[in-house]
Amino acid sequence: MSIIENHTTNGQAFSEAPKLQARNVDVFYGDKQAIYDVSFDIGANEVIALIGPSGCGKSTFLRCLNRMNDTIDICRIEGDILLDEENIYDPKVDVVPLRARVGMVFQKPNPFPKSIYDNIAYGPRIHGLAQSRVELDEIVERSLQRAGLWNEVKDRLHSPGTGLSGGQQQRLCIARTIAVDPEVILMDEPCSALDPIATAKIEELIDELRENYTIAIVTHSMQQAARVSQRTAYFHMGQLIEVNPTDQVFTTPEHSLTEAYITGRFG
Amino acid sequence: MNYSSLLIAIVILFGGAYLLGRNRARALASAGGSLHSLPTHYGALMALWTGLPAVLLLLLWSILQGPVVDALLVKQLPAAIQQGTDIEIQLALSKVHNLAQGAGLAADASLQPAVEHLLALEQRNRVLHMGGALVIALLGLGLSWRRLRPSLRARTEVERIVSVLLFTSSGIAVLTTFGILASVLYEAWAFFQKVNVFEFLFGTTWSPQVALREDQSGSSGSFGAVPLFTGTLLISLIAMSIAVPVGLMSAIYLSEYATPTVRKYAKPALEVLAGIPTVVYGFFAVLTVAPMVRDIGVSMGLDVSSESALAAGLVMGIMIIPFVSSLSDDVINAVPQSLRDGSYGLGATRSETVRQVIIPAALPGIVGAVMLAVSRAIGETMIVAMAAGLAANLTANPLDSVTTVTVQIVTLLVGDQEFDSPKTLAAFALGLVLFLVTLTLNFIALKVVQKYREQYD
Repeated sequence: MSIIENHTTNGQAFSEAPKLQARNVDVFYGDKQAIYDVSFDIGANEVIALIGPSGCGKSTFLRCLNRMNDTIDICRIEGDILLDEENIYDPKVDVVPLRARVGMVFQKPNPFPKSIYDNIAYGPRIHGLAQSRVELDEIVERSLQRAGLWNEVKDRLHSPGTGLSGGQQQRLCIARTIAVDPEVILMDEPCSALDPIATAKIEELIDELRENYTIAIVTHSMQQAARVSQRTAYFHMGQLIEVNPTDQVFTTPEHSLTEAYITGRFG
Repeated sequence: MNYSSLLIAIVILFGGAYLLGRNRARALASAGGSLHSLPTHYGALMALWTGLPAVLLLLLWSILQGPVVDALLVKQLPAAIQQGTDIEIQLALSKVHNLAQGAGLAADASLQPAVEHLLALEQRNRVLHMGGALVIALLGLGLSWRRLRPSLRARTEVERIVSVLLFTSSGIAVLTTFGILASVLYEAWAFFQKVNVFEFLFGTTWSPQVALREDQSGSSGSFGAVPLFTGTLLISLIAMSIAVPVGLMSAIYLSEYATPTVRKYAKPALEVLAGIPTVVYGFFAVLTVAPMVRDIGVSMGLDVSSESALAAGLVMGIMIIPFVSSLSDDVINAVPQSLRDGSYGLGATRSETVRQVIIPAALPGIVGAVMLAVSRAIGETMIVAMAAGLAANLTANPLDSVTTVTVQIVTLLVGDQEFDSPKTLAAFALGLVLFLVTLTLNFIALKVVQKYREQYD
């Protein structure tokens, strides 16, 4: 299989109330192109699932949305990504507030080797969000409650975050992201290292978070995409093949490649 | 027949046994027998059986023959000497050995029977020794040849012999450490028979001159080692206050900020520092740094001695930088990338990430690196011997000249010495203290590093 010439994305790629807009995005790792001319919208307060076979560029694309790829020297990005109509790749944009607005949860739970409390307080502290100890305590409690972890950890806030179970660690990382009050949360296969019960909890949480946040989630599990997302984007070999409402993608996909992937013919 | 031809013979037997065993096994296999192991295992087993016992015998014989020969010789010495003290017997024995080699200064008729006996013994010894080795080798070859059959578990046996060999090799290093400790302990014990332990550990005057003759005036010797300990401590402190910040910051730069190209050249360049012989650092300290320190001090109106703790400490600090930076760089690199991503993902800057996530995560490893550097600083000799001076001043002033434990060990043992005077024995007591301190530091460092490893594996 190779790149499709003169490809345009099928389906409903654009949104009426866009939060993030990608326009003609190309991504290169050195000489190798990883993303080809991707344009679509992520609507406010929607959960969009990015699916596709391994190496299709979905994680790479996700990492462009809060400029995490800046930390990779050989990575180069062309095209525009707009957050609330403002280009995040504009030279005037500072990545520090950008990443506070667009938070990220990673594949493997990565709590810092600090206490549960300090893990949550890390972001608010570096961004100066709390004026007093009381305020910081409130932020920590609120974040843990939103992440559904408060009842499990309220008695041991000062024990190490690395001592929690895998699922708890991942919810801790979500709480840590929520604590800086982002507008968008990017999730890169957040459940791939978790067991089914922990996964179910996270999925429930994602559904609740949709009220306040815009969420883009990369996943390898089509059931998960079907359960948590409103729209689904299918990536293939660095191209965006199709974006449609999730029901439609899994019942009547427009493109033959999407159909082949969701019916398990490759991937 | 001499030793080299004996060794060649054993090597030939060794190789021959291997080929013999392998070919025999192949022949057995093609004759329809199903072998337990590969033919090479049978060959290896036969070779080991042939070579190992013979080599072991040679080694044991070489170690034991000296005392045995001496014990036999004593009986041939004149009765007067046999009645004498151990020292007289030893003296007579070494005379006999010298005479037997034709290097005797003056022939002593009373020792002649012993000399002849020794020559005869050596003749017989050589025949028995070499003959024994050859016989054992052939015996091993023959026995293993008889044992060789398809059902023989050659692979298992070879593996077991190899694991015993490996165990022995690692044992040698450990035993050597114990041997060193034992010899130092023995001599230090002799010292503490002459000088009180508490006087040594807590006395504040170090003046290890003792009278060589009964009628010599003055110098009864004073062995209070506190000035040496404080000197060592002072210089180590100065060295660490240079090496830790500079080493740590260069490690952070190399692992977090430097581009791969810079890192590729800068890291080996920094490690070159560790390859410079300490003597070179020593004359750098004496000829360049010490005068510079003195000139700067004098221009500021300070009284600086020409051999100052500061100069030695500064140069030692520079020498230790690569230890700190290289080890810290390794532990910082071992901090998982996911922690950095997590921190950057929250909008932290590079320096916030370094200070609040990476350093805390790498701290146990960094502590381990610093500990190793400290024990290196305490044990360093050449720089301080050349640059810090010999005066055992009890002072905390870095501009004064001080001396260290290692420097004193060197001065006590250099030149002609009597090995029963407290002056010489003091070196072993100092060595013992040094050994215990660095051993403790290394032990702590290893424990800390181990704890760190458990965290991320």
